Amino acid sequence: MIWKILLFLIIAFVSVAGIAFPIVEKPEFWYQFPLIPGLEENAKIIFFHVPTSWLTVIAFLMSTIYSIKYLRRKDLIDDAKAHTAAQLGMIFCILATVTGAVWAKFAWGSFWSWDPRQTSIFALLLIYGALFALRSAVEQEEKRATLASVYSIIAFVTVPFFIFIMPRIMKGLHPGSADDTHSGPVVDFKMNSNMLLIFYLSLIGFTILYYWMWQVGYKSMIYKDKLNKQF
Amino acid sequence: MTSIALFRKDLASELRTRYAINSLLMFIIVTISVILFSIGNEKISDYLSGGLFWVVVFFTAMSGLARAFVSEEERGTSLLLQLIASPATVFSGKLIFNLVLVFSMNVVIANLYTALFDAFVIKNLLLFSTAFLFGSIGIAISSTVIAAIIAKAGSKGTLYPVLSFPILLPLILILIELTKMSMDGTAFEEGYIEVAVLICYDVIMISASYLLFDFIWKD
Amino acid sequence: MISYTLNVDSITKTFGRRLIFKNVSLNCEQPGIWGIAGPNGSGKSTFVKCLCGIISPSSGKITHTLNGREIESEELHNHIGFVSPYLVLYDEFTAEENLKFFAEIRGVKYNQAKIDYLLNEFLLFDRKKDFVKAYSSGMKQRLKFLFALMHSPALVILDEPISNLDNSGKEKVYKIIGEEAKKSIIIIASNDDSDLALCSSVLELTNYKSEQF
Repeated sequence: MIWKILLFLIIAFVSVAGIAFPIVEKPEFWYQFPLIPGLEENAKIIFFHVPTSWLTVIAFLMSTIYSIKYLRRKDLIDDAKAHTAAQLGMIFCILATVTGAVWAKFAWGSFWSWDPRQTSIFALLLIYGALFALRSAVEQEEKRATLASVYSIIAFVTVPFFIFIMPRIMKGLHPGSADDTHSGPVVDFKMNSNMLLIFYLSLIGFTILYYWMWQVGYKSMIYKDKLNKQF
Repeated sequence: MTSIALFRKDLASELRTRYAINSLLMFIIVTISVILFSIGNEKISDYLSGGLFWVVVFFTAMSGLARAFVSEEERGTSLLLQLIASPATVFSGKLIFNLVLVFSMNVVIANLYTALFDAFVIKNLLLFSTAFLFGSIGIAISSTVIAAIIAKAGSKGTLYPVLSFPILLPLILILIELTKMSMDGTAFEEGYIEVAVLICYDVIMISASYLLFDFIWKD
Repeated sequence: MISYTLNVDSITKTFGRRLIFKNVSLNCEQPGIWGIAGPNGSGKSTFVKCLCGIISPSSGKITHTLNGREIESEELHNHIGFVSPYLVLYDEFTAEENLKFFAEIRGVKYNQAKIDYLLNEFLLFDRKKDFVKAYSSGMKQRLKFLFALMHSPALVILDEPISNLDNSGKEKVYKIIGEEAKKSIIIIASNDDSDLALCSSVLELTNYKSEQF
């Protein structure tokens, strides 16, 4: 219960602070954010966009880990955990894509421009989509779990190639990209301490939220399964 | 050796039924003519023709490569195969079959494409051939393991491109990049990293598929 | 002299939460005929598939040994012959081509003498150059016996061996089973009394259809 209250407070504070705190050229008060050249008012998206994309990756990683566990132990609970992680990953992936695209419209002038990060998140979206398509095509539980596990592991090993090859093929526009000259690595030195604090609070808050959702998700999946089998 | 025997069986079966060969050939012709119609009298850029080349390769692969496993599963002969061969034999036999299929298909596409598209001029043939070789191997590996997955899943035809695309996407991106380079006449040394990544992809995919195939194949 | 043993140590198989069979044990140490009986849906076919290593049991252990050494699951398939109604042969090839491919894929020698003998016994010798798709279901069933016995396996598993066969076919099958039983372990899964009459001991599987756990 304590956790839920704490989570509520964190998320509430982050939402209010992230949206309402003003951005000024020379921050004097604790609630003022510094101006980052090239990002300006758009910088506030960082409190919501970065956590969602971070969770997209975490969920994918967890889904793969539980897939490996499933293949080793053949325990359907591991499959439920992997599946829930993938479901949440899909939700966060869509959120990250949409928030990113909205931000890109104002920062770069168009919703989509095949920046390396955009392409990577698009590939993740495709992988999640393919995983659900595969799951819905198989009737038998064990077979479904095995095939989905195998597929998510195979998809996981292709991810390093995106990270490696993308920057070589496409010019990076995204803040934090290696060849991004005008805004630079945002997290490192352009954010002042209060901005960093809210950023990390948001990251922590979203991660706890994810963890909670994941637990509720896989537990309800197991109960639903048990109820279905009763008759 | 047993996998060569399995390959020979598949080849004999394919020559007798002509299921994959016919659909592959027709697909090549259909895709290339659709591209030709849509271009019309327009002049397309070199890079675009290089990219379209791999689009043709991808969709042709998607039309015929699933056959290796789907035909066994559809006719119910996979039980027989489980009784006479170990999973390793089955995977390598099917992989050899798909390798041969992908290679002959890509050679046909490359020749037709060079003949029909004026914009498709390769300046550095060595770089392109290397990309072509390792690219074909990569496509064969990934499509074989995905074919094994969809053969065990219910809806076969539609699922294949859906599952294959995310896996093949990094490969296709590297190949398009390498094709651009060889069209520009870039020296082989400059494309070295891309070629290395390409080989890495092949090696990693073959190890992952080989390890995971047991789980797919056994009920 | 080859000594082959099959040891099934209390295996259990479940599909999802449905129990197929529970704590089944079987021990075959010398040549002979064992029977597996049980009503429809009791898991006879699943059980014999477990014996072949096609399905792995949910718990318990199956060990095959040859001359005292345990056989790796990778090479198990070459020591087993299997006949079952849901086995399908390649129908775009002739019977002989089928058998030749099987020998090659198995990596064993194509035993011409044994195959000719079996072809004659099962009355398929004149039809060996015909495509399997032109065969009747009884002929296909007889060809499956060739598939199962051509590499002289030490363990022969027959799932409903006489389905689709006429009386003369049945007699041939029983005769061959009798011959093979002198040197190999034969396991018959069937509900037919005449099949089970051949067996020296019969394992009864019970139906767990409504069981929950």
